[in-house]
Amino acid sequence: MALEDLYREVILDHYRSPRNRQALDRANAVADGNNPLCGDEVRIELLIEGGQVTAIGVTGHGCSISQASGSMMGDAVKGRTIETIRTLTGRFKGMMSIDGANDPGLDPNRPGAVLGDLESLQGVRKFPVRIKCANLPWTTLEEAIKRFVSTD
Amino acid sequence: MMDTSAIRGDFPILERRINGRRMAFLDSAASSQKPVQVLDAMVDIYRNSYANVHRGAYTLSQEATEAYEEARHKVAVFLNAACDEEIIFTRSATAAMNLFAYGWGLNTLKPGDRILTSVMEHHANIVPWHIIARHTGAELCYMELTDGFRLDMEGARERFDERVKVVAVTGMSNVLGTMPPVDELAGLAHGVGAVLLVDGAQLVPHAPVDVQTLGADFLGFSGHKMLGPTGIGVLWGRRALLESMEPAEGGGEMIRDVRLHESDWAEVPHKFEAGTPPFVEAIGLGAAVDYLSAIGMENVLEHDRELTGYALERLAEVPGLSVQGPADTVDRGGAISFDLPGIHAHDVATILDQEGVAVRAGHHCAKPLLRSLGLTASARASFYVYNVAEDVDALVDALGVARRIFGLDGA
Ligand SMILES: Cc1ncc(COP(=O)(O)O)c(C=O)c1O
Repeated sequence: MALEDLYREVILDHYRSPRNRQALDRANAVADGNNPLCGDEVRIELLIEGGQVTAIGVTGHGCSISQASGSMMGDAVKGRTIETIRTLTGRFKGMMSIDGANDPGLDPNRPGAVLGDLESLQGVRKFPVRIKCANLPWTTLEEAIKRFVSTD
Repeated sequence: MMDTSAIRGDFPILERRINGRRMAFLDSAASSQKPVQVLDAMVDIYRNSYANVHRGAYTLSQEATEAYEEARHKVAVFLNAACDEEIIFTRSATAAMNLFAYGWGLNTLKPGDRILTSVMEHHANIVPWHIIARHTGAELCYMELTDGFRLDMEGARERFDERVKVVAVTGMSNVLGTMPPVDELAGLAHGVGAVLLVDGAQLVPHAPVDVQTLGADFLGFSGHKMLGPTGIGVLWGRRALLESMEPAEGGGEMIRDVRLHESDWAEVPHKFEAGTPPFVEAIGLGAAVDYLSAIGMENVLEHDRELTGYALERLAEVPGLSVQGPADTVDRGGAISFDLPGIHAHDVATILDQEGVAVRAGHHCAKPLLRSLGLTASARASFYVYNVAEDVDALVDALGVARRIFGLDGA
């Protein structure tokens, strides 16, 4: 179980220079998530317009895995429809589950479900206590979407 | 002097290899490992003398009851308690503190009264007081820390007035290692007519404690942090205070008589031990106390202090690392929390584990303290009788690996 599987360069890069790290002036779906056990915290702010996430802010603090996962998630979600985001979320959580190991390759051509950089988080599966770190931004994203109040 | 190699031989778990490496177990502040003597004492009861205590007039029950009360006596002697009846067995330190908060606090405190505690407390000595404050209208107040991670006694002194009815303070912080001056706090508390509860969860396993000179009126601790099993803890209290204190739980064993609409309590300590007690665990704790007494608690303290001094020295070699806790070993136990800027504590713990080094990462159940230090998590290494300098060296080497993986060694 090599540490290099967990701490891929791309993960450390997202950790050191997180993307989408901003507070939105105009958000209509917001949620805070934390892991009470370890203290990781993340806040997701979305601007949803016409069924699409047009802007996202990911803030908070915590370990490299939770912060990198949030950073990558922001990139993957921006500009996508809620429908696609649901698929992505399912796919990400699937990758993190025990069954993730049986995922027949994360097909880059599969429409609407491209995980991209996020696939680098696969190594986390081998470190079960850290899976909840990787999932935290996604669970918070789901919560934010649930709380979406349409202003259309 | 302690014979650590003989001691290590009593802890079979220390032979485990973790990820192919020698294990450096540095998380005894969370829970210690158990020597074979403790395991054997418990197995012996289960195999040979097991039956419920205080109930049967038959041989097995008598043997189990005797062993249970013998364990109470061992703990009483260990603490130099005035009598065995001052030892109340609970489930844990948490349960001991809750028993005191509910039994004493709930029935004594009034609106306008003050509960005085410190910002370095474990949640087990904060949250019960939140509940009691809500029920009684009493107010929870805090003593602060100095920049050197000690209790700010100058500020603390000003908090003592006749509104303070109870002082609840740790004997040793599980995060900082700080040992506040309990004797001085006792003087201040008694000077205003308050009672003093000491959270001994870290103090009792790591330092000699004589309750007749400690100054506290109540002391709570857990067996599992002092070589004993989980599921057993102790609340020690002065007999007169225990006799006037109400029980927090009702049930079997704790009564003298039960009628339809009321009941009379049994004498201490049974008044506070409702239901079947964790007596096998208590017997295990008795064996742990024997083990520690054979080593000598002065030696345990000295051993922890030597390792702590060595660790503080070696950790200072790690670039950027900062220790949250006193920089010297005076009135300081062997729990060392540290922060390595650029690497989160969880990442530190994961990488260290790959190197065979077990440390704790997180808020250590002391969120108010971490918040006051401007942290949400830290890593903590802690020592006990079976740790050796080699464990500290493994820690420092593994921290080097962490810095390399995170690209912090300037390479
Ligand atoms: C200072 C302190 N108080 C209280 C506790 C609670 O102990 P337990 O969880 O065994 O009840 C702990 C340990 O976790 C501790 O370190």
